[in-house]
Amino acid sequence: MNKLIKAITGGSAIVPIVAIILGLLVGAIIMLIGGYDPILAYRSLINKVFGNPYDFGETLTAITPLIFTGLSVAFAFRTGLFNIGAEGQYIMGMTGATIIGVSVHLPWYIHAPLAVIVGALFGGFWGMIAGYLKAARGVNEVITTIMLNWIALHLANYIVNDYLLEPGKGRSYMIDESASVTIGWLSRLLEDARMHWGMLIALLAVVFFYVFLWRTKQGYELRVVGHNPDAAKYAGINVNRGVVKAMFISGVLAGLAGVFQVLGVFLNQAVSASHTGHGFDGIAVALLGGNNPVGVLLGAILFGSLSYGAAGMSFGADVPPEIIRIVIGTVIFFVAAPGIIRWIIKRRLPGKKSKGEVI
Amino acid sequence: MDKARTVVEMRNITKRFPGIVANDSVNFKLSQGEIHALLGENGAGKSTLMNILFGLYQPEEGEIFVNEQEVVIDGPNKAIKLGIGMVHQHFKLVHPFTVTENIILGSEPKLGFAVNYKQAHKEVERLSKQYGLNVDPYAKIDEISVGMQQRVEILKTLYRGADILIFDEPTAVLTPQEISELLEIMRNLVSQGKSIVLITHKLKEIMAIADTVTIVRRGKVIDSLPVAGTNPNQLAEKMVGREVSLKLDKKNAVLGEPALEVDRLVVKGRQGLNALNETSFVLKRGEILGIAGVEGNGQSELIEALTGLRPVSSGSIKISNMEIAGATPRTISEAGISLIPEDRHKHGLVLDFPVRENMVLETYYTPQFNKRGFMDFDAIDKHAERLVKEFDVRTPSIMTEARALSGGNQQKAIIAREVDKNPDVLIAAQPTRGLDVGAIEFIHKRLVEQRNMGKAVLLISYELEEILQLSDRIAVIYEGRIVGEVNPAETNDQELGLMMTNYKQSQGGPSSEQTD
Repeated sequence: MNKLIKAITGGSAIVPIVAIILGLLVGAIIMLIGGYDPILAYRSLINKVFGNPYDFGETLTAITPLIFTGLSVAFAFRTGLFNIGAEGQYIMGMTGATIIGVSVHLPWYIHAPLAVIVGALFGGFWGMIAGYLKAARGVNEVITTIMLNWIALHLANYIVNDYLLEPGKGRSYMIDESASVTIGWLSRLLEDARMHWGMLIALLAVVFFYVFLWRTKQGYELRVVGHNPDAAKYAGINVNRGVVKAMFISGVLAGLAGVFQVLGVFLNQAVSASHTGHGFDGIAVALLGGNNPVGVLLGAILFGSLSYGAAGMSFGADVPPEIIRIVIGTVIFFVAAPGIIRWIIKRRLPGKKSKGEVI
Repeated sequence: MDKARTVVEMRNITKRFPGIVANDSVNFKLSQGEIHALLGENGAGKSTLMNILFGLYQPEEGEIFVNEQEVVIDGPNKAIKLGIGMVHQHFKLVHPFTVTENIILGSEPKLGFAVNYKQAHKEVERLSKQYGLNVDPYAKIDEISVGMQQRVEILKTLYRGADILIFDEPTAVLTPQEISELLEIMRNLVSQGKSIVLITHKLKEIMAIADTVTIVRRGKVIDSLPVAGTNPNQLAEKMVGREVSLKLDKKNAVLGEPALEVDRLVVKGRQGLNALNETSFVLKRGEILGIAGVEGNGQSELIEALTGLRPVSSGSIKISNMEIAGATPRTISEAGISLIPEDRHKHGLVLDFPVRENMVLETYYTPQFNKRGFMDFDAIDKHAERLVKEFDVRTPSIMTEARALSGGNQQKAIIAREVDKNPDVLIAAQPTRGLDVGAIEFIHKRLVEQRNMGKAVLLISYELEEILQLSDRIAVIYEGRIVGEVNPAETNDQELGLMMTNYKQSQGGPSSEQTD
């Protein structure tokens, strides 16, 4: 465990932290230009996140899908794949969960797990398509996953519209009570915030990510494939199978994000005109977290809190909530350009050099 | 020597990197008109020192004097201004551009707003002629040989007015003939007043061309002396820090059963043509069979076919009477073939992985290292610690990424892993490419040791010297066929060179100059 903590904090953590500070500063400057009070705005943001039990619970709800999609993207990264398709896999996860939640009637101890598993498999299958096309046909996964995002969006809309639609409403029927994974007592405790078991599963997924990749034989194989496919071939590892497997697991993780949005938060699936953005945010979360499971968890907490707290900013300081997207965008920019941050750190700490020489 | 003007002096240069002191108060003095060799093993700190001189690194301590003026070189632009040019080991050229375009890049002669190509071509041509470089200014980089590309790099420095040229391992990528041409060019340069620093670990080149040699070991200058009064053995000893035998002690081979039988093997190459044309040979236990040949005559395809990485069109490969043609790499590995790959970064290691994970690259799935699907890191660590110790792999720890190791130590790690698999057949492809004397000696000893233990060793190398020194038997490969077999005791590089270019069959073929 010590090693794990060291791996996260060891050196690389400084870039994201500085990036976050810079992001908030840039946001503040823009607010000043716009004539808003940034201190009041950020105070309202924090207030919104921690101010009362309900909002705190809802913040956790906003964080959960980002953990899953962040892990999904990070997992693919670790195995040498760029999964832009977490969005599509997320939608397919929702769809799978909705189908089971609405159309099957079973006792809760079978229904809910079945809905979770089927949704996860839908997401996994969706990722696997891109993996298969890459392995068998050499098609770049970036292209296929982007296209599969759109196919997923419209396929899901078609399924909901034609088979699951509650007449007169732009959404599916509500899922059966037996398929829901909400936590009633916790919701009551947090003034009816929408709490669900997906949060716990997300934390387990963080542990799974680490154990699977760094402790199991299959994880070792996938990492070899990701870092050096030529060496993998020589070592007798089936590279193509590895690609398919990695995309499946990545898809399952993204799919679970959608699953718990349906089974724990909305309890139905809406016909949607556009992507939710959770999958794309996953890319940013993975980047911010350095493709490291605990880093992803922290990244998701930050993104989820900022997004949810943005509403408080507009309420408390009259700042348009879009400002927070600028902050997030700036944070990503600085994380993606670590050179800028190293340059800033170097310029800010000229005195440190002489100290280093003594040692 | 002392009469000549000092053009560069570096005093007490110290440069630290996390974990190591790359240069430890190093002194270095370059006189006008000399070729000064900087000799040291990989990772000794010679490239670091020159990168400091070229402004790529900043030293923590020390002073630099150019033409007796103290200077601070804070970047390559400053170095160029001071008349220092560097020819890097890995060329920095824009491939689709012409020679001239590459040379003038960044300091183009202008005609109004446009580039004055006419003047540029003329200038390049003039420089090329003056120093005997013989470069076509209109050719595209893609179309010219590696040796020519290097000359373009030299021209780049000359065009920018360099009087002090740093060559970083310039011969590593060249053929023997290109090497002798390069040495000629260097002589030409100094005769016209340039001064040269030659970073190398090849003793032969130093003896052939350098005036002075400075030996660096583990970041410290060991000695600086005129080449005229020294010899290769003395230099090798100073470089490695102990006595090195450049000659190999080898008992007579004790031949056993055939271990590897290759019969009329046909394998297609990258272009779909037959890269191996009914290649046949037998390798016995207890011998080293050297495959000699010019690069690109089917050696890579042979290695790939033998290890299962390339499909076999026809023919058979038998290891201890078991047919393995077309089998998967893992089956072949388990049947008893180990490979020290040609390209250690591509096939040999996962550079981002720690040493311990690299040590089980082919055995991670075996019960020894794997318990019910989980990696047994206790066993893996023990294994790695043992191999690192046994094979003298110099690494801070088994958790260090393979990338951080020097080339020689990376190769030692691979050899440790492959030999420890206890194979019947050990294929060593270019096992010492790019390594220094100390590492070469170590690796050669290990290969002979394997052969003495009754293993069959297949040595594939483009270095004739290595083949002649190690092999018990030499097979010459030409255009995918074994065209002859010779006894190393009864042949010489002249004869081998002729066979390798198939001179007997195609009269007036390419150069027969295979002497290294």
